[in-house]
Amino acid sequence: MATLRDIRRRINSVKSTQQITKAMKMVAAAKLRRAQQRIVEARPYAYKIQEVIASLALRTSPEQHPLLATRETGRKGLVVVAADKGLCGAFNANILRKAFEYLRQAEDAEVQITLLVVGRKVRDFFRRRQVERQGEWINIFDQLAYTHAAEIGSQLARGYLDSELDEVHLLYNEFKSAGIQRLVMERLLPITPLSVEAEELQPVEFIFEPSPEVILGELLPRHVEIQVYRALMESAAAEQGARMTAMEAATQSASEMIERLTLVFNKARQERITRELMDIVGGAEALRGAGTA
Amino acid sequence: MARHEGIPRTLNLEVVTPTRMVVREEVEEVMAPGAEGYFGVMGGHLPFMSTLKVGELAYRKNGRWRHLAVSWGYVEVRPETVIVLAEAAEKAEEVDAARAERARDRALERLAQWGDESIDVLRAQGALTRSLTRIEVAGKS
Repeated sequence: MATLRDIRRRINSVKSTQQITKAMKMVAAAKLRRAQQRIVEARPYAYKIQEVIASLALRTSPEQHPLLATRETGRKGLVVVAADKGLCGAFNANILRKAFEYLRQAEDAEVQITLLVVGRKVRDFFRRRQVERQGEWINIFDQLAYTHAAEIGSQLARGYLDSELDEVHLLYNEFKSAGIQRLVMERLLPITPLSVEAEELQPVEFIFEPSPEVILGELLPRHVEIQVYRALMESAAAEQGARMTAMEAATQSASEMIERLTLVFNKARQERITRELMDIVGGAEALRGAGTA
Repeated sequence: MARHEGIPRTLNLEVVTPTRMVVREEVEEVMAPGAEGYFGVMGGHLPFMSTLKVGELAYRKNGRWRHLAVSWGYVEVRPETVIVLAEAAEKAEEVDAARAERARDRALERLAQWGDESIDVLRAQGALTRSLTRIEVAGKS
């Protein structure tokens, strides 16, 4: 049976763990606010670029641009985005399971996959399994910048234009709310023809400089970059949300555990006191019996 | 006034980058580094679309010119609005001149090693143009 001292020690250990999880939860909450702010700030640019591409696509023959052209799929690319750190519930595990499944299916179908990984946890996972990776981005989430997305995006666009890749997918966690993340697998290339309702576009006659085709050609690679940037930001926010929820749950569990241990502790203490009393009473009785005899 | 009825005298200028809204102001005139050279826009301009080169974007507000350094971008002009999407944009007062000068020196160094095949000349030239623009703009804050 555990002695009082053992129980006391357990309680203290759980208490200090709880302090850590509580602090981590607060840090995650602060980082989540910043990550959400970023998503909001990127929206005007992303929205506008989509609108312009849709409007230009109406004026040109978009199927002529290579980034919009669908090809028979031979080589596929997959960008897997998850976290650099753990302690965020099933955040990484969900992504890795899905990615692994995708790779296995591709292998069965004898499709070559070019794998790009973002996040230390993803890199470690595939390194352990000796899966080759054509690109790695580690520890970018602390200082997430557009240049990271530009690097990934331009590498993919180049691969697509050089016909090294025929289709590219992005796998990441989308931020729904602090408690909810949604696993998203979306096609990045070829760019899906954007559907903007015709009535949203005012029939304005523009002067183009140099020409709608050239402008479209310059905007499309940027569109790829901003899609990657958005995925990175969504994942960053989702990660903090997942960590916040996980640490909240851990703090809660610690509270319950402390409560239960305190109960055990009190019971044990009570028992010891009772036992000591019994001893004293027993001893006194024995003494009294001896005196009268 | 009657003669100019219906022609907007000011423009709503918006300069947006992927990370933030840099400018959102009502201005009188805009100058931008278009794909085919610098151009100026005032209120009531015809609808116009162009890509932007690395260069200096300037706008006049209350008679005073303000300057920004922009790298690649896109501009859409309508009679009452000018929207600029730029990969990066910095106001003159935000430009870190010392950093820009270091970037210029680095680019020049790379270009000096012209013979070296491993050096990406185009990239160095791009870096040079960007740093020179930023130094130029920083001087106008």
